[in-house]
Amino acid sequence: MAAAEIPLWEVFIRSRNGLSHKHVGSLHAPDATLALQAARDLYTRRGEGLSIWVVPSHAITASDPADKGMMFEPTASKIYRHPTFYEVPEEVGHM
Amino acid sequence: MASGSIRVAETPFVSYLLRRADDALVLGHRLSEWCGHAPMMEEEMALANMGLDLIGQARALYGHAGAVEAAGHDEDDFAYLRDERGYRNLLLVEQRNGDFARTIVRQFLYAAFAEPYWRAMMASRDATLAAIAAKAEKEMTYHVRHCAEWIVRLGDGTAESRTRTIAALTDLWPFTGELFEVDEGDRAVIADGIGIDPETLRVPWRRTVAHVLAEAGLEVPKEGFMRNGGRIGRHSEHLGHLLAEMQYLQRSMPGENW
Repeated sequence: MAAAEIPLWEVFIRSRNGLSHKHVGSLHAPDATLALQAARDLYTRRGEGLSIWVVPSHAITASDPADKGMMFEPTASKIYRHPTFYEVPEEVGHM
Repeated sequence: MASGSIRVAETPFVSYLLRRADDALVLGHRLSEWCGHAPMMEEEMALANMGLDLIGQARALYGHAGAVEAAGHDEDDFAYLRDERGYRNLLLVEQRNGDFARTIVRQFLYAAFAEPYWRAMMASRDATLAAIAAKAEKEMTYHVRHCAEWIVRLGDGTAESRTRTIAALTDLWPFTGELFEVDEGDRAVIADGIGIDPETLRVPWRRTVAHVLAEAGLEVPKEGFMRNGGRIGRHSEHLGHLLAEMQYLQRSMPGENW
């Protein structure tokens, strides 16, 4: 099997209970089972993970970098969406 | 005996430990030979990880053997300062890597034995061995799983991968009888509740092998002539070459450190 024919997978690792899975990189593997094993071997060598997800890269729909302006710039002027303007009462403590 | 080699006082228990340690070191070293040569980066890491598991097991077992022997030998002495005839590993693990199929088949045949072996050894009366077993058992479970997945894909893959896998199975099968071999010394260690009788592992081993080969669409090779000798230091022609490479630095510059 030539390397070019082996599908690409995206790897997500959850490092601790309660945290969400985080994208850590990608790898080549012929199928999902071997992708999971390769992810274990490549990305959890130093005790990084408690759970692994692998997703075929082709299953990911990505935004087009050329659309950056339309997609993301309009939020720049809407600072009121950040919760920094609200006064949190003392009694609430750490949120 | 090459100059600078150590002489080991091989009581049954020391031999028992060295046999297991040598299996792990030699197989681990074989896997390390794949560094920079594996068919793909992902598998390169998988092979190296399995090799490191085995070298870790070897270190723990040599350390224990040194403590039991009580002659001041440490893990490096056992690894680097014994000759071929002093090595006690199975012939199976010293066989050359060959192609990827051969390496995977060799690893699978060994791991399918080592997994139930270490699981049973968790009940050893020797606390250190039981602790080593608890760690090794998890590692070997993964080796079985990883190799089994590959055997299914190789056996049930292309005509080429199937042909190579069958060739590897046929060539390596005669080395599997040695997995179950015991001598008088082993029997004493087993009777003490320190070791376990490998005969009790024959059924689980065969079940794992038969199950995976069936899934791969491969036949279990016919029983026939089995080779042995590794446990008493009579090795195939391959171990000497492996040791020459592995021991070269310590032999040419004794005690060198970096």
